[in-house]
Amino acid sequence: MTNEIQQKTSAKFFDRVGRSAVGMLEEVGRYGVMLFDSIYWLVMGPNLKQPVRVASVFSEMMEIGIRAIPIVGMMAGTIGIMLAIQGIYTLRIFGAESRVVIGIAFSMVREFGPLITGILVAGRSGSALAARLGTMKISQEIDALEVMGINPVRFLVVPALLGCLIMVPALTFFGDVVGLWAAGVYVGVALDISMAAYIDQTIDILSVDDLMHGLGKSVIFAVLIALIGVLNGFMVKGGAEGVGKATTRAVVHCISALVVTDMLFAFMVTR
Amino acid sequence: MQMAATKQKNENAPAITPGNVIEVRNLVTYYGTRRILNDVSLDIREGEIMVIMGGSGSGKSTLLRYLMALEKQTSGTINILGHDIGTISKKDFFNMRKKLGVAFQGGALFSSMTVGENIMLPLYEHTKLDRKTMEIMARMKLEVVSLAGFENLMPSELSGGMIKRAAVARAIVMDPKILFFDEPSAGLDPVVSSALDDLILTLREAMGMTIVVVTHELESAFKIADRITMLDRGDILFQGTVEEIRSHPSERIQNLLNRRSEDQTIDPDEYMKRLTGEDVKGRLA
Repeated sequence: MTNEIQQKTSAKFFDRVGRSAVGMLEEVGRYGVMLFDSIYWLVMGPNLKQPVRVASVFSEMMEIGIRAIPIVGMMAGTIGIMLAIQGIYTLRIFGAESRVVIGIAFSMVREFGPLITGILVAGRSGSALAARLGTMKISQEIDALEVMGINPVRFLVVPALLGCLIMVPALTFFGDVVGLWAAGVYVGVALDISMAAYIDQTIDILSVDDLMHGLGKSVIFAVLIALIGVLNGFMVKGGAEGVGKATTRAVVHCISALVVTDMLFAFMVTR
Repeated sequence: MQMAATKQKNENAPAITPGNVIEVRNLVTYYGTRRILNDVSLDIREGEIMVIMGGSGSGKSTLLRYLMALEKQTSGTINILGHDIGTISKKDFFNMRKKLGVAFQGGALFSSMTVGENIMLPLYEHTKLDRKTMEIMARMKLEVVSLAGFENLMPSELSGGMIKRAAVARAIVMDPKILFFDEPSAGLDPVVSSALDDLILTLREAMGMTIVVVTHELESAFKIADRITMLDRGDILFQGTVEEIRSHPSERIQNLLNRRSEDQTIDPDEYMKRLTGEDVKGRLA
């Protein structure tokens, strides 16, 4: 009898594990299909008389990028100062405070700039995309688009994807500059180094590869944010509660995906 | 050579009976493992107002989604305007879609656009008209649905009846061959509901389009329908004119028409199982 119960329990356990694995594979497949569909409509849209509207791309760029400038600037500046404070504190142990610029430059451009920008855009735009598309789905607006012969991927997804692809790297670069500048201000006050000397040192330390490392990551982050936001919106079921769940899920998945991708990218490129 | 040419011609010819705009044959659909439509076959004729009726859960909304080509069937065939939906090419599918108009139950107006922009969207996407012409066409359609002067308002500033009429204006802006209405009377008071019925009749008179209406409002159905299809638990219970359905001898149809619920015989064993959840436990185990 006990054996039978144990067998049933383990069967249920493996059943659950199997179902979760299949569910995860399905979801990865959906992301792949969505990316493929987006590229298809971007390339083939004009042939099918359904081109991606430039105005929609600009509108998304405005929403995803321009409106995020204040918060990205503020957070990048804060992170820059924080890096300077911690760097000086750590290096003081060895009496090497003046070397803090190396740590700040590499950390900001290769790591914190892209990651903080990615997380902020995920929080702002990933969630907004999921909420907008989710609401459109439950109010049958997506059905209405389809019935009108307007492909929802071309009309809604491609502009958001392009908006992210252009604006996330641009915001990352902006965040890098603001973060480095804010750190420079603090370093100047704390270590009595002029801003010109700080900038000189930073330019000497950083190479184009370092910059491209950060910007390359930001391109991957952009694709992840757009796809996760969009797909969670499209998969909404139920009413307002479904939209709320999809929005939360989108933000959690976006941030988790960014952090894991960041680690994998560092593992593969930096070693 | 001549035979091959004839065969080619036959293959290209629309596989739809002349006079029909929609033909559904042996449609079976599932939601998960639950069967929704059982072997449904249906013809919709050009220029008629076909009302699809049925109680909640009868499958009428599912059928409408298939008629609007929002779902692709896995069993049976659906032919819309001469195109087999199962085998239609992507390009033909988009061209066919331009000939369909839908007024959704909740309107489905895009909340980020004004009423005018909502109506102009299909024109903007499918034609090369200049903005001025599109604005004039949008105003003409708003005039048809008695909403002239409302083009600059946002959907959130309209009442329920006005949203439905604006949705009709958007649905007819491309002069579709088939116009679908999903529960046009839902959530409206009797006066507004009656006005919407009149609008449906006017649209058919003025524009000669085929109209398919899904509703469970008997009064509205009897007022506008040329023919009625009654669905019950995924089966077509009846197809015919208003007079035919009114005089139909079937008790089930008369119960539905007179809003009488059917007597349900209760099996005590089954009832106990449902209460104790035994059958659920059994299924899970």
